[in-house]
Amino acid sequence: MSAPERDWAAFVTNTDDGKAHMDLAVDGITCAACMYEIERGLQKLDGVEKARVNLSSHRLSVDWDGEKTNPSPIVDLLQRLGYKAYPFDPAQVKSRGDAVGKEILRALAISGFAAMNIMLLSISIWSGNASDIDPETRSFFHWISALIALPTVVYSGRIFFRSAYMAVKTGRLNMDVPITIGVLLATGLSMWQTVQEAEHAYFDSAVMLLFFLLVGRYCDHLMRRKTRSFAENLATLKAESAAKIQEDGSALDVPLSKLSVGDRVLVRAGERISVDGKISTGISEVDQSLVTGETLLQPVGEGDLVYAGTMNTYGVLEIEVTAAAKGTLLDEVNRLLETAMEGRSKYVHIADRASQLYAPVVHAAALLTLVGWIMLGMAWQPALVIAISVLIITCPCALGLAIPAVQVVASGLFFNERVLLNAGDAIERLATVDTIVFDKTGTLTLPETSLSEKHDLSADQLELAGRLALSSSHPLSQAIARATGAQQALPDAKESAGKGVEAIIDGVPAKLGSPAFCGVSDEQLDQAKVLQPDASFVAFQLGDKAAQLLSVGQFMREGATDTIQKLKTAGFTIEILSGDHKGAVEHAARVLGVETWQAAMKPQDKIDHIEELKAQGKKVLMVGDGLNDAPSLAAANVSISPVSAVHVSQAAADAVFLGDSLAPVMSALTISKKARWVMNQNLAISVVYNMIAVPFAVLGFVTPLVAALAMSGSSIIVTLNAVRLRMLAGSSTQPNSEA
Amino acid sequence: MEVLIYLIPIALFLGGAGLVAFLWSLRSGQYDDMEGPKWRILDDGDLQENSAPVEAAKRKVS
Repeated sequence: MSAPERDWAAFVTNTDDGKAHMDLAVDGITCAACMYEIERGLQKLDGVEKARVNLSSHRLSVDWDGEKTNPSPIVDLLQRLGYKAYPFDPAQVKSRGDAVGKEILRALAISGFAAMNIMLLSISIWSGNASDIDPETRSFFHWISALIALPTVVYSGRIFFRSAYMAVKTGRLNMDVPITIGVLLATGLSMWQTVQEAEHAYFDSAVMLLFFLLVGRYCDHLMRRKTRSFAENLATLKAESAAKIQEDGSALDVPLSKLSVGDRVLVRAGERISVDGKISTGISEVDQSLVTGETLLQPVGEGDLVYAGTMNTYGVLEIEVTAAAKGTLLDEVNRLLETAMEGRSKYVHIADRASQLYAPVVHAAALLTLVGWIMLGMAWQPALVIAISVLIITCPCALGLAIPAVQVVASGLFFNERVLLNAGDAIERLATVDTIVFDKTGTLTLPETSLSEKHDLSADQLELAGRLALSSSHPLSQAIARATGAQQALPDAKESAGKGVEAIIDGVPAKLGSPAFCGVSDEQLDQAKVLQPDASFVAFQLGDKAAQLLSVGQFMREGATDTIQKLKTAGFTIEILSGDHKGAVEHAARVLGVETWQAAMKPQDKIDHIEELKAQGKKVLMVGDGLNDAPSLAAANVSISPVSAVHVSQAAADAVFLGDSLAPVMSALTISKKARWVMNQNLAISVVYNMIAVPFAVLGFVTPLVAALAMSGSSIIVTLNAVRLRMLAGSSTQPNSEA
Repeated sequence: MEVLIYLIPIALFLGGAGLVAFLWSLRSGQYDDMEGPKWRILDDGDLQENSAPVEAAKRKVS
């Protein structure tokens, strides 16, 4: 059973100078030595021009001469060195570089350069104003400042102008609207003052404001890039490809993006089905736990529908790829998901909510200042200068940094706890949670089947069972083989598909397989099922002795009971909603000590229940992994998926946790509560700052010097306060405790 | 104060040179990997051709 040949053309792109290029996600890079090993090994391959490992993103980029070699030896070499590598599908990784990040960084560099040079001139003017600068020199300095500031505002400000324009066009108000107004007015006013040869110009404020805000924007971007590239690697390493059956009958491994409806795909025994489709030939049993939550195996045959993410057990299946047809589970999930996603987009971020309150107040204050001074008899020109200075000093610099700075620090802490955030605002939503709804299969339990330790086999017998299991590709056998650590298959083992394996050892026949295959009585099986309702049973028989039962199943995640207890102590309401049958769910709920549970839930039932909880005013966190959970993940206030979840669910969840332990869920809640507290503090600091600064501005005391000091001062305070979160959170969580 | 006519362009030129250097380093991908380069300086793999004495020393040790 050799793997089908892989269609490399789908993964390779050509560089400008005619070399073939491929990007791979590499698993297992832990330190710099791995980097040297991979690079040196690849450089020695004939035809490889360049191999470079990116140690931050765990990616490898290889260029080679297309005429001398092909990707097979490259991947084989990595395999031999002990690294699992899989090429990125160029269709899915849109751009090779980080284009958005580079744009922000360029804008940041230019505004930084401009801010420093203008400040150099501004300080000369301020000290000159206090002593004996002559108006010609001052005017000259103002003109140079203008020359530097104007292109900078146009270039570096684009990012904010664009976003503000989009917001206004759709009738919304976001943070970038007051920023844009502030920056443009400050620049315009300064230009006018320069032409008038007046004493004050605010070029430094305008440019410095852009600089600080871009720092915030870049931090925000870094956080997203880190989790996104990590998630992309994980998705790629899952190697979501399918063995497409060619016209000549051979199978070729192609990435999923190259499949279309009507193509036929070969799925061998023990493989995960990676497409949705209809079985055209073959019979088997499939493990649907990742899709419906049902842990019992489901027999399938010709004409039956199977879903991506299910596991094929013993038969070889030929599947015809279908689109989501009406009335199927997939169709229902898609439809529910769409509705649920719409509901979620109504959520408004704290920062935008703050600016919706803030912008009208500030703009009204500026207008009142203008009207007030004119009524007091001031000429309109100086009155306008004062009104604009109110807008400059209230431009939401601290507000712009208040939330992103905390998000960056918090996402770093999340990362240490092995939680990746899909959405930056997940932190604020996690902080308000009071009810947690868990899915059972694959979430509270491990996604992989494993061998229970409750059995009566001796160590020798167990080893023998493991070696027998090696000859079968059935998932239950594979679980036994993994658990026993067996390495050597028995030479004359024969597999009867769907039944079991038998072999003769020293003249004694040994059997491993379904209870019926080994002659286990129904009574004995029923008794065992009562004790372990969540397990599947495999029997082992040596010679004529009575067969012994081994239970294999998806057992509780490490620390599940512990985490649930901690969550209950912390005051959260816990519920289990599962698509699995009643017995298994009841058993899990009893073991974990959860009182509220419901079994055999369809996707719609889960959503209805969550909506009901939300209607009662509860804030719901949904933790789930299956395809059937995807709509409820989107419907809940906030959601988390394990990394083993199906693609659709991971995309619908706000965060993903790594590893086999359930503990990250608890840490995520703890960290986000603290992060939310620091966010609120930061917003309070911004408000206090404005309450002090605005009266000064209204009275006309704000010179460019005061504006510069106030603005940088408030930004720095807010950022330092965000960094404090690391200390706050560090005291209660244990980073890397399981790494 | 006529000296400013020279000094300000010089200051701007120096700042501008720094800016251009940064933009160049950004374009040539030096910010793509912030972890790897600090380890690469410790890699002696490029010395292989004339590393006979080192190898000999290693043999002696082991």
